[in-house]
Amino acid sequence: MGSFQSLPDDHQYRTLSLKTGFSLEQIAILHNRFKQLSQNEETLRRDDLKTIQDLESNPIRYQIIEAFFDRRNFQKDGVGSVEEIGFEEFLTVMSYFRAPAHHITEEQREEIRRAKLRFLFNMHDTDNDGTITLEEYRHVVEELLSRSGALGRETAKGIADAAMLEVASISVGPMAPDEFYEGITFEHFLKILKGIEIETRMHIRFLNMDTAVFCKQHSV
Amino acid sequence: MIQELTSRLKLNFPAQIIPRYSCFRRGSMFILVLGLLVGSLMPLGGASGSPGSGTGQDECKKNNGDEKNGNKTTKKSFPVLSLNYENVRLPFEISLWVLLASLMKLGFHLMPRLSSIVPESCLLIVVGLLVGGLIKLVGKAPPVLESNIFFFYLLPPIILDAGYFLPIRQFTENLGTILMFAVVGTLWNAFFVGGLLYGVCQLEGTNLAGVNLLSCLLFGSVISAVDPVAVLAVFEEIHINELLHILVFGESLLNDAVTVVLYHLFEEFTNAGTITVTDGFLGIVCFLVVSLGGIVVGAIYGILAAFTSRFTSHTRVIEPLFIFVYSYMAYLSAEVFHLSGIMALIACGAVMRPYVEANISHKSHTTIKYFLKMWSSVSDTLIFIFLGVSTVAGPHEWNWIFVVATLVFCLVARVLGVIGLTFVINKFRIVKLTSKDQFIIAYGGLRGAIAFSLVYLLNPKHFPMRNMFLTAIITVIFFTVFVQGMTIRPLVDLLAVKKKQETKRSINEEIHTQFLDHLLTGIEDICGHYGHHHWKDKLNRFNKKYVKKCLIAGERSKEPQLIAFYHKMEMKQAIELVESGGGSKLPSAMPSTVSMQNIQPKKPPQDRALPQLSKAREEEIRKILRTNLQRTRQRLRSYNRHTLIADPFEDGLDEILIKRKKMKELEKKMNNYLTVPAPPADSPSVARARLASDPQAWGLKSVTEIPTIKVELVSPQNPESVKVVDEFSKKGSQPKGSEEEGGLTMRVPSSEKQRKDKTPDEEPQPRFMRCLSDPGPAAEDEDEDEPFLP
Repeated sequence: MGSFQSLPDDHQYRTLSLKTGFSLEQIAILHNRFKQLSQNEETLRRDDLKTIQDLESNPIRYQIIEAFFDRRNFQKDGVGSVEEIGFEEFLTVMSYFRAPAHHITEEQREEIRRAKLRFLFNMHDTDNDGTITLEEYRHVVEELLSRSGALGRETAKGIADAAMLEVASISVGPMAPDEFYEGITFEHFLKILKGIEIETRMHIRFLNMDTAVFCKQHSV
Repeated sequence: MIQELTSRLKLNFPAQIIPRYSCFRRGSMFILVLGLLVGSLMPLGGASGSPGSGTGQDECKKNNGDEKNGNKTTKKSFPVLSLNYENVRLPFEISLWVLLASLMKLGFHLMPRLSSIVPESCLLIVVGLLVGGLIKLVGKAPPVLESNIFFFYLLPPIILDAGYFLPIRQFTENLGTILMFAVVGTLWNAFFVGGLLYGVCQLEGTNLAGVNLLSCLLFGSVISAVDPVAVLAVFEEIHINELLHILVFGESLLNDAVTVVLYHLFEEFTNAGTITVTDGFLGIVCFLVVSLGGIVVGAIYGILAAFTSRFTSHTRVIEPLFIFVYSYMAYLSAEVFHLSGIMALIACGAVMRPYVEANISHKSHTTIKYFLKMWSSVSDTLIFIFLGVSTVAGPHEWNWIFVVATLVFCLVARVLGVIGLTFVINKFRIVKLTSKDQFIIAYGGLRGAIAFSLVYLLNPKHFPMRNMFLTAIITVIFFTVFVQGMTIRPLVDLLAVKKKQETKRSINEEIHTQFLDHLLTGIEDICGHYGHHHWKDKLNRFNKKYVKKCLIAGERSKEPQLIAFYHKMEMKQAIELVESGGGSKLPSAMPSTVSMQNIQPKKPPQDRALPQLSKAREEEIRKILRTNLQRTRQRLRSYNRHTLIADPFEDGLDEILIKRKKMKELEKKMNNYLTVPAPPADSPSVARARLASDPQAWGLKSVTEIPTIKVELVSPQNPESVKVVDEFSKKGSQPKGSEEEGGLTMRVPSSEKQRKDKTPDEEPQPRFMRCLSDPGPAAEDEDEDEPFLP
């Protein structure tokens, strides 16, 4: 496994490994995948990701694809989105799905948790104003139910409203009738998802497996 | 003194305020009843457990009968009252035992101090010992826990209960770990204990030379299996966190296949005499056949049950019966082929549950839940009592060395096994098992009645040391249940093991759980890596596309999980609401008064599409509410047209007044939220007259064109907005519906019932929340017009 183009890019891989936390083998495998998706070019575009067949049946595929091109996920204060990404950005986005190491302190765990929740938050907050408004949340629920036809669309509104009310009640508490709840801020988002152990649930097993074995060559 | 006590007890029972020492009095009352029962059991000569119990007493009775007849041979008069106990003996005794078991259970819960120290299973075994001792004192042979009775009647309800309510998500997430513990752990335990016991038997000092290796291995395999009944009984009371619970419990269920295979294997080998390598290989194949075969049999019956439930919409009453019978058949069918009956039951319950629940009515669901809980509870109690009785009855052969060695080896094997396996498993787990977890898993490996019954089944001819085995097993069972069962609770507290969190499922968490599932699947696809999310997603899609269409009736087959969850939540709240009397007490714990207005931008609410509920679902919600409303409405109608005083026999007047006051306050708050000023109030007499004449007349209230307003209710989980209905235009279209809705709204002054106001019609006509826009109650003297609250 270590023989995959590790010699020329070794130095680059090492810096990436330090930055994202992947091991060298994992980086090599992901680089292969990147090359496969981008058809051996240096950068990846949205269309390249759209060609993945398995994604077709995923109701939130657009959000997922968008997340790869969202500057906010590359570095802390990025704004806006880009048209194409390089391998480093690809890897950075993938690193959000690494599992936390076993022996980490409480602080580190909290940090990882925040980072992952931030990723999710950015996926919902499409206009980048720092809050998830009712419209945006409705859109999320509608997308989730997008494969259920008319029944889905209409109940989606009710569900989104219910969810929003719940967030408001938990975060803000009693509100006077003329107050207006702007939207879910990141802090509120953290609060409502306290019950889900994000740091362990939001992970992919990046096993050291040769992905070339599994994916079809150029039809993905 | 006893008379006095009982008379005082009788006086005290109906009292609502319980005096401090009542638990003791109640305890003594129950001991009295117990004494009576046992007293009646004794002359009946043994109990129902074994059908082949002594008939000495019956002969006695027959003799009496003969004597009587003998005396009356001269003149045979018509027997006005005759005694024929023989006919009803079996059912009578069975019922008596069940009654005893249930009364015991009742009794323990009335003594809270005792039940907080000692787990129920221990107390039941003690009771069994006492009863057995009493029976022996009288001179009769106490019944033993017959294996047939145990395996065919007592065990299935418990397993079905466990399987039907198995938390699938956690189970599948930890399946690898559970399987490791169940299969590898049990094998390790069996061979370790068996092998070491053989070694001990070969020692000089003991006179155990007659025990050969195979017998030891058989004994080891039987005793190494963690028992689901015991685990459930103890773990249920300590409320440990879900991960540990599912690990130990899942292990206890899945190790049944291993136990069955090893048991039959060693039994066959003992008969055969020689073992070859092929036999060993066949053993492995047998294991696969037993476990997978059991699962397949269970799954088949589960699918059959799901399919049957699709057609039961007209015969709701027998729906639960199908569930029970199909599951039992699955168990029996598996037992026919010597497959693992427990795994069949689990598979059957787990497979059929999602489809059956989508098909059956709410009442059937409740029935199934309660019947399963009831049967499993009674079974559980009977098993432990019989264990106690069997201990007194069973032929014992006490051999210090063997028994102590067994005990020690069992404990050591368990600890070593858990530590070793966790070491390996942690390499593959994301959420690692800490040493605290390991301790609880090791400590929670309780043995129980299954081991006992399996040894009891042994043929004494082939296993001359069967009695010794029985003694040893009973000792181990007693040790684990008493010592480990009693101390696990303080240990859990001492080690500060995470307990089960009683959190309500929030809709946000559900949304994000689904979102995460799709997100992770998407990322896996982008990585090109067919991981476990990918396959889960594929399974879900297959399920949705083909399986659900076959097995779920009607529209619900297309309902996505999120919507199903949402409706379930609403339904639950509707029921809660109705059950709580629909009073001013809001069902949710949130004291918030956040309304739709607070989260929506201030723009005039345009036409909003009402969330469409399927007709069937709405009908169901309505039916539930209707039955409760009818009662209320009848009360309403009984009101005097001038004074709305509640029926004094039904409610305390004070309560009503308090509730009314609260309602008024609540309504004031609600009025604040209205964005549109309410129409002008009617004069009290007009409103009263309207109310008195016909509840439906509420509809005629809105004289003017009511604009659409939306009032959202305070409960955050109550998202359905209440819409204003233009009653006139709808009058013709839905006569019955609006009356119901009318009745609904009239009854429900506040948040609670608004969600029920969903239009079944195609046109999204908003509904009118009469009581809210009716400012009648604003004035203090408008008491009469307030909807009555039960």
